[in-house]
Amino acid sequence: MLSFNGLVAISATYVAFLFAVAFAADRRAARGHDGWLRSPWIYTLSLSIYCTAWTFYGAVGYAARSGLEYLTIYLGPSLVMLGWWWLLRKLVRIGRAQRITSIADLVSSRFGKSTSLGVIVTLLAVVGVTPYIALQLQSISQSFAVFGAAGGARWHGLDAGSVALWSAAGLALFTILFGTRNLDANERHHGIVMAVAVEAVVKLGALVAVGVFVVWGLGGGPAGMLARIDASPIAAWEQSGGRWVAYTALSAAALLCLPRMFQVLVVENADESHLATASWAFPLYLLVMSLFVVPIAVMGLELLPGTNPDMFVLTLPLSQGREGLAVWAFLGGFSSATSMVLVATIALATMVSNHIVVPLWLRARSGGAMMSGDVRSVVLTARRLSIVAVLGLGYLYFRLSGGGAALASIGLVAFVGVVQVLPAMIGGLFWRGATRGGAAAGLLAGFGLWLWTMFLPSVGDGALLSAQVMADGPWGLDWLRPRALFGAATLDPVLHAAIWSLGINTALFVAVSLLSFPGPVERLQGAQFVNVFDHSDNPGSWMRGAAEAEDLLVMAQRILGPAEAQQVFARAAGAQGKAGWLPDVTPGFIQELERELAGSVGAATAHAMLGQMTQGASVSVEDLIAVADEAAQIMEYSTRLEQKSAELERTAGALREANAKLTALSVQKDAFLSQISHELRTPMTSIRAFSEILQAGGLNPQEQTRFAGIIGEEAGRLTRLLDELLDLAVLESGQGRLDVRAVRLDEMIDRALAAALPEGGSMKVLRRRAEEAVALETDADRLTQVFINLITNARKYCDAPAPELRIEVRDAGRAVDFIDNGSGIAPEQSRVIFEKFSRLGDPGKAGGAGLGLAICREIMSRLGGAISYLPGQGGAAFRVALPATAPSLSNA
Amino acid sequence: MRGPEPRPLFLVRASYRRRRLRDAARLAPAAAALLWTLPLIWPRGETRISVVLVYLFVVWGLSVAVAALMARALLRADAAEPGPRDAPDEREPPE
Repeated sequence: MLSFNGLVAISATYVAFLFAVAFAADRRAARGHDGWLRSPWIYTLSLSIYCTAWTFYGAVGYAARSGLEYLTIYLGPSLVMLGWWWLLRKLVRIGRAQRITSIADLVSSRFGKSTSLGVIVTLLAVVGVTPYIALQLQSISQSFAVFGAAGGARWHGLDAGSVALWSAAGLALFTILFGTRNLDANERHHGIVMAVAVEAVVKLGALVAVGVFVVWGLGGGPAGMLARIDASPIAAWEQSGGRWVAYTALSAAALLCLPRMFQVLVVENADESHLATASWAFPLYLLVMSLFVVPIAVMGLELLPGTNPDMFVLTLPLSQGREGLAVWAFLGGFSSATSMVLVATIALATMVSNHIVVPLWLRARSGGAMMSGDVRSVVLTARRLSIVAVLGLGYLYFRLSGGGAALASIGLVAFVGVVQVLPAMIGGLFWRGATRGGAAAGLLAGFGLWLWTMFLPSVGDGALLSAQVMADGPWGLDWLRPRALFGAATLDPVLHAAIWSLGINTALFVAVSLLSFPGPVERLQGAQFVNVFDHSDNPGSWMRGAAEAEDLLVMAQRILGPAEAQQVFARAAGAQGKAGWLPDVTPGFIQELERELAGSVGAATAHAMLGQMTQGASVSVEDLIAVADEAAQIMEYSTRLEQKSAELERTAGALREANAKLTALSVQKDAFLSQISHELRTPMTSIRAFSEILQAGGLNPQEQTRFAGIIGEEAGRLTRLLDELLDLAVLESGQGRLDVRAVRLDEMIDRALAAALPEGGSMKVLRRRAEEAVALETDADRLTQVFINLITNARKYCDAPAPELRIEVRDAGRAVDFIDNGSGIAPEQSRVIFEKFSRLGDPGKAGGAGLGLAICREIMSRLGGAISYLPGQGGAAFRVALPATAPSLSNA
Repeated sequence: MRGPEPRPLFLVRASYRRRRLRDAARLAPAAAALLWTLPLIWPRGETRISVVLVYLFVVWGLSVAVAALMARALLRADAAEPGPRDAPDEREPPE
């Protein structure tokens, strides 16, 4: 009979063999000979870590207790693999495009590289997977115990706890050695994957060997076996439909959400096309794994009634004296347990170090990665400590739970726990509206409910929750009983926990997502994830920052290792067409570097580290938006400048025009001054001449009187001229007051005629009084002044032998025409008659300064009317257009 | 984001077949799930468990075979016409 030491020696040899395999694989990969290491078959075999000791031992026990229900645990993953085209392909593509390092990284990255979500998922995974690791330790110690029971006295003093402890220690060593040898750019572990693949073959071979022995050696071939099955205690097909469907769905979801499965499915995936092979090869593997479970269970129940059905795989061969087969089966179980623990521990350690330790460390050293010591060693140390901690937790759970519960129930506890990530994950992959708030709310609610309804009750009766709480609920609140939440007392416990936790998780995820608004990074990442097939490249989320290439190299060396970092930089420099090691720090290069770093420390951490380097703070899309805002402001500013300059141009044009006008006015003023001095000088000359003659004396009184008369006449002319000039100046400057009253037109014409035509003059006036009887609102004196002027002109200039003046009122008093029967005014002269100092014919004849019509024009424009010359009336004709309404008083 | 590249209304036969192959790949798990839940409607207590066991494993084996054939075809199709970029039904409007 095999001794304890013998079994330990076999285990040690086997482990040494695995060491060698892992070491060789790592060496080959390091040398670049990783051709067949990356084959789809290795990939498929590595997926077999889904089949843990729970499958190897527990499936038989499950079948012995619940018949065919154990199949649901393998049908679910088969369904997921069959549907690879729809879901897994997208997951793997995203994982590769975004350099995802773990499931926590996936969720964190999808929802805007959120650190808090990474922490939540990491905690959930640690709490969920710890019982699962405990389960593996338990199976190892149980398998030792089986041999101990068969071996009798020589196994005396075997302690299940110490076997578990030593196993945990050995596994920690193995994992640290091969899992944290280097911070790989893409977090692939060739050595471990290879060891896992070898173990996959060993465990499949062991189970098939036991199965073949049972069916052909004990059961009498397939036909006989089927007959025995129908005769066994599990023959009745009384499967609960709810459990069947729910467990299938749970296990399908668990394949996606279990950290170790995510590690091998997505992170360790070297080529997307490997999925195509695995899509049928892995279901085939599962098929073969579960093929002999029922025969072994049935035969165990038949031959070894009353013993632990979980151990039938070992006890059946042992009871038949097949020690070699039993040892193989033992190694199969050992392989199942160790491969699961290896990968699960690596996955968890990656998550813990990337999402908890490194962010905390970075926060603690706010000086930034630049000033720090060796980031690389920090990450590696964090990972090693995490490995030890995770295995320690597993061991603790094993001791706490007493190692008693059936294997299957522990596995289901873990399944329901990790599956809480599913809503956030699937929602994040297919729904752009999923937000960080929704994911966090769903995850926290699901996590809490799972703890309450499943995890705490699972840790042994009364260990964490007292029997009284279990029976009556906390504080006697009976609707909060862990196994009968909200009164659902009749449900199967697993179904109960899954329905409440996942249901409320999903509901909150959807509801909060619908109500909240995602941040810019979230929306960017959402689009990247959901539409990963449209653009498999990363978002351009880096602006050129303050970081110099050399600083970045220093930091990258600390994380990636000097050789690899230098290689990355040299490659980038080469791509930019530069010689040497340092490329230009372009946004593209920083983005590439971030992806490289993300492969080692996770997306969120890499982003934060580069953020510290490039701008002293995280460069986020928020920053980019600020930059865009700035650019928009600059553009707006330049538009404003353009507007201003156009305005300036317009002003300059206006100024030029004004200048031209002023110049013209200055010319006019000069002309006006010379004219006015001429007008003033003529009478002044006569006055001076005659006054000098008078001073000289020697004149008779008649002459004196005549000369004094001339002087008086000329002085009167001067006074009139000055009066008129003053009048004109007042009118032109808009000063002076209008005296607007209601007046009658005929009265004004009467006054004008009386003033302008002395009694007994030769001019004959033709009027139609009936039409003149119109009331007006105007300044009567000013309008009369215009009329007087026109009538005076007619009297002066009308050269007809029998002068006549017709005064006609038109348009019901809107216009008054003054028409004489003289020769009129020549067209070329008629254009200038309203200008100042324009006189027709001989100046001396009129005796005026030529300001009369100019004054008339000013008066009419002040009154709101107009005066114009009417050609073709058979004489000089002027029309005075009267204002329609009262003239504006604004200038009054 | 995506330019309005002109697309033909109808596809040539080969592309059409590839599209339907992808449809089938999406439907495959649903079909398998349906077949695997079928025994739930068989009469409880009367159906022999060996029948259910054999039925489930036969369906399992068949799905593996179909999946193997489809995986090969899908890889070939993908090589001939990379990505679902051209499949209008996989496109979404930007949000």
